[in-house]
Amino acid sequence: MEQIQTPHGVPLKKQIARALFKQKVRALLLIAPLLIFILITFVIPITDMLLRSIDNSIVSDTLPQTTTVLETWDASTGELPDEAAFAALYHDLKQAIEQKNHTKLGTRLNYESSGMSSLFRKVGKDVSKMQEGISYKEQFIAADKLWGNLKTWTLLKVYSPKYTNGYFLAAIDMKKTADGAEMLPASERIYLNLFARTLFMSLVITGLCLVLGYPIAWLLANLPMRTSNLLMILVLLPFWTSLLVRTSAWKVLLQQQGVINDILVWLGVVSNTGRLELINNQFGTLVAMTHILLPFMILPLYSVMRTIPPAYMRAAKSLGATDWTAFWRVYFPQTIAGIGAGAILTFILAIGYYITPELVGGTQGTFISNRIAYHISSSLNWGLAAALGTILLTLVLVLYWVYDKIVGIDKVKLG
Amino acid sequence: MIAAPWMRDSLESFISLGIPFTERNMKLKPIFAAVSIATFSSALLAADMAKEMTVVSWGGAYSNSQLKAYHEPYMAANAGFKIINDESSNEAVAKLRAMAEAKNITWDLVDVEGPDSQRLCDEGLAMEMDFDKDLAAGTDGSTPTKDFGASLINKCFIPQIVFSTTFGYRTDVADWNGKKPEDLCAVFDTKTFPGKRSLEKRPKKNLEWALLCDGVEKEKLYEVLSTPEGVDKALAKLDTIKKDVVWWSAGAETPQLLADKEVVIGSTYNGRLFDVIEEKKQPVAMLWDYQIFDFDGWVVPANLPEDRKARVLDFLKFATDTQRLADQAKYISYGPARASSQPLVGKHATLGIEMAPHMPSNPENAKRFLVNNIEWWSNNEDEMNKKFEAWLAK
Amino acid sequence: MKLPIYASTGQKVWYYSFRVICGLIFFFLIAPILIIIPLSFNATDFFTFTPEMLRLQPEGYSLKHYQDFFTNSDWQNAMRNSLKIAPVATLIAVVLGTIAAIGLSQSHVPFRRAIMATLISPMIVPLIISATGMYFFYARLGNYMVGTIGMNADVVEYIKIVLAHAALGIPFVIITVTATLVSFDRSLTRAAASMGAGPVRTFFKVQMPLIIPGVISGGLFAFITSFDEVVVVMFVGSAKNKTLPWQMFTGLREQISPTILAVATILVVLSVILLVTLELLRRRSERLRGLSPG
Repeated sequence: MEQIQTPHGVPLKKQIARALFKQKVRALLLIAPLLIFILITFVIPITDMLLRSIDNSIVSDTLPQTTTVLETWDASTGELPDEAAFAALYHDLKQAIEQKNHTKLGTRLNYESSGMSSLFRKVGKDVSKMQEGISYKEQFIAADKLWGNLKTWTLLKVYSPKYTNGYFLAAIDMKKTADGAEMLPASERIYLNLFARTLFMSLVITGLCLVLGYPIAWLLANLPMRTSNLLMILVLLPFWTSLLVRTSAWKVLLQQQGVINDILVWLGVVSNTGRLELINNQFGTLVAMTHILLPFMILPLYSVMRTIPPAYMRAAKSLGATDWTAFWRVYFPQTIAGIGAGAILTFILAIGYYITPELVGGTQGTFISNRIAYHISSSLNWGLAAALGTILLTLVLVLYWVYDKIVGIDKVKLG
Repeated sequence: MIAAPWMRDSLESFISLGIPFTERNMKLKPIFAAVSIATFSSALLAADMAKEMTVVSWGGAYSNSQLKAYHEPYMAANAGFKIINDESSNEAVAKLRAMAEAKNITWDLVDVEGPDSQRLCDEGLAMEMDFDKDLAAGTDGSTPTKDFGASLINKCFIPQIVFSTTFGYRTDVADWNGKKPEDLCAVFDTKTFPGKRSLEKRPKKNLEWALLCDGVEKEKLYEVLSTPEGVDKALAKLDTIKKDVVWWSAGAETPQLLADKEVVIGSTYNGRLFDVIEEKKQPVAMLWDYQIFDFDGWVVPANLPEDRKARVLDFLKFATDTQRLADQAKYISYGPARASSQPLVGKHATLGIEMAPHMPSNPENAKRFLVNNIEWWSNNEDEMNKKFEAWLAK
Repeated sequence: MKLPIYASTGQKVWYYSFRVICGLIFFFLIAPILIIIPLSFNATDFFTFTPEMLRLQPEGYSLKHYQDFFTNSDWQNAMRNSLKIAPVATLIAVVLGTIAAIGLSQSHVPFRRAIMATLISPMIVPLIISATGMYFFYARLGNYMVGTIGMNADVVEYIKIVLAHAALGIPFVIITVTATLVSFDRSLTRAAASMGAGPVRTFFKVQMPLIIPGVISGGLFAFITSFDEVVVVMFVGSAKNKTLPWQMFTGLREQISPTILAVATILVVLSVILLVTLELLRRRSERLRGLSPG
């Protein structure tokens, strides 16, 4: 078959491929600066942070000889490791103490078993007093009987590998033991419950935002431009007011001696002694978060509704549809993209918030992010924080993926 | 029980003896006395010192007291030198660790609580000091080690003040029928003293208080807490008031809650309560029973460049001398950590009231008190936190 | 939107009750702001409506928190820093974001989904994780810029925050601009090209004016993100570059200071003026273009 040729004598197929290639390169060149910027300043650093959730090199780096010796030791025999392990421990610790690494290891192991922190802090002094030539095993056990405890050594062995799933197990209320993973006692389980609560409350917040945002967006989209732009200021104003200030304002409004309760008492709806508890519980978080995220729902909805010609509704009605049918069968389906955009935006933002729940959530209204923040800035258990963060991020990504499948991310409109 | 008793005992002796010195703490004296005298003395020439310094503290009235007592006089004496204030002490340990890991130390001097300093010192994140050489001698001629005495809880910590966590209550609660809380257990007595209470949202301090009111002796507290049953016992006691508790996480919350009548009794730092009562004139009174003492002081981040280190040491020598520590008490009701400063504590700078009776270490206020066992908490905080959080969520 | 004259009673009831519902939601939106304004004139140092305030006695009110804001160098510095950081971060986000969005909206982009997900990742990752991760990156970058290149440390501190905030603002720009480009009529660029305009000229003369609303609203989101961001700045920034939200955060945590309410009130008033001016300008330009005022 003869090839179709362009006037310049090049086969058309080739020319098209060339043009397509050029187009692709141009697109990629346009995207490249930002993509590189985000990859370098964001994606790689965050991945690095999240990898802390499996990194366990501290044990084998601080105690290289001991971990090697322990490889051949079988904890299930019920016997302590032999002298060689203790000698290795002595030499490792000597090194570690010089570089002040032993206390860091103590902090690390204390996450798994209480008491390790002071055992390793104390060992600094103990090791300096030990003498060569005498059994290290006896000297260690004499210094602290925890060294003669099988649990200590099992812990060291279990946490010898460079990588661990220990943090992830901890993040789902499980614990690593010599015979595999097991659930924590009920009195210490927190995270699964918190994940469930975070998801549930974020969904409720998203739902509330939708219910409150839809009529407002509709009103704004259907009023004359002059009026709607002025009303739009009311939507944008909270946006310009610091999150911290708005949260504090909700405290003033919702607390028991606060404005709302005062008004209710004054109206006689509740008695002075029966003031409602509106804050420091889930209700407080729901109200404050809904308020903060509402503009993120209204704006995408509004920009979608603005593009829907009012003639559609009129046409439906002139064909005999009732108001409700016209809305439900004609108008509503066209706003699905806006709903999806607003919902995914509010949900993603809600799931990661922690300052507002911290300030108004009390004990029942806090999110998983509060625990992540706690582990980052107070307990310094960054591995666990990273594990919790990774799980949270995975949840968000799955939702994002589902959303992209159903609606398509470029349908998201922000006004 | 695993414990390094000196840490706790030192505070106890500090409080109970009034004079912060016991022979016992001599063993705390820095092990290596001279850290290369040559580098220090040569670095101390003014020309080689950094022109600015970032000081990290807690903010609010406390930072203000430091500004007035230390920073302003020091800057007045050193023209062209500037102090930058950073109110990040709450995140100090996390940030210092991150800074050390990234090898980018941007802080020069950090105000932390005693337990945090222990952690920083252990991890090699704070510089070890040579107290007798780095700090000024007391005006009474005593060496710094003697003068600071028991407050020198580790080699990195340069103490400034003793503060306490204690309770304040509203004096105008009608439901109390004229009764006034007189001891700690009033907090747990919702029959006589109905109303909401505010407690810190962490197990530390609350577990101890709960056990004390559940009949456990002060000496046995940590022995009891070391058993799972002991923790359950403490939580069970807290259960009796759980529905009446508002949990706080920032120091400013209890004063606000008291002022708003949101709570009728609440725990916070004694300086905050002083501020509410004496400066803001709110109808609130102190409940000094079983206050929990802590030290607060400076640490210098490890591995500072020479010029910045020289500046920090120069500042520290000035800012922790007898007069400066006594001056700080003019602005806030925290007790100076030096023995020689105590007689110099005078009147409040603006209110003109005697400060001594408002100090936590005042014998009248410290009839019954408690000191956290730092060692026990460093071992058990992770586990206690899990239990406490699980309990809160129930 | 007007109620037709032939509306039935049911429709009338619904029409008015719908208005009432919307009014209540608007009230919900601005209630906290309505609370802030009177409280910022509070004479005490608490966030409390004192009995004097409720009785409208003059001694219950004072301007001292405003005075504090205008005389306290901490607040002034924080304000200045925020105004120095947010616009530059916004500019970077808008420029890079718009260019990339145009690239993304081309018809054949390989790995489009993956690229899109990467670009909006700063919005998806919980802030506290971003803050820690970015801290390590920017600390190293800062070391490099100061140590190896020999840049001024203060400038480096500033650059760090600006870049971090730009990264956080980018997803908003990407999302808004790609959304506007979806509805963009591609034959317009082809028409421009056929008349001999180069790609740059086409962009500025044809494409840009049409997508400008998306760019502006993306920029607005990016600006707010930087202007109201407290978690990342506390990690990445240094005390010299303390921003307004940071100063507010310490103001809330360490000692309740109603100065933050005064600041908030000032910002609210400024933004109302800004938004109303914009609206008036829009109406004026519509009149000038001979369009009927909508």
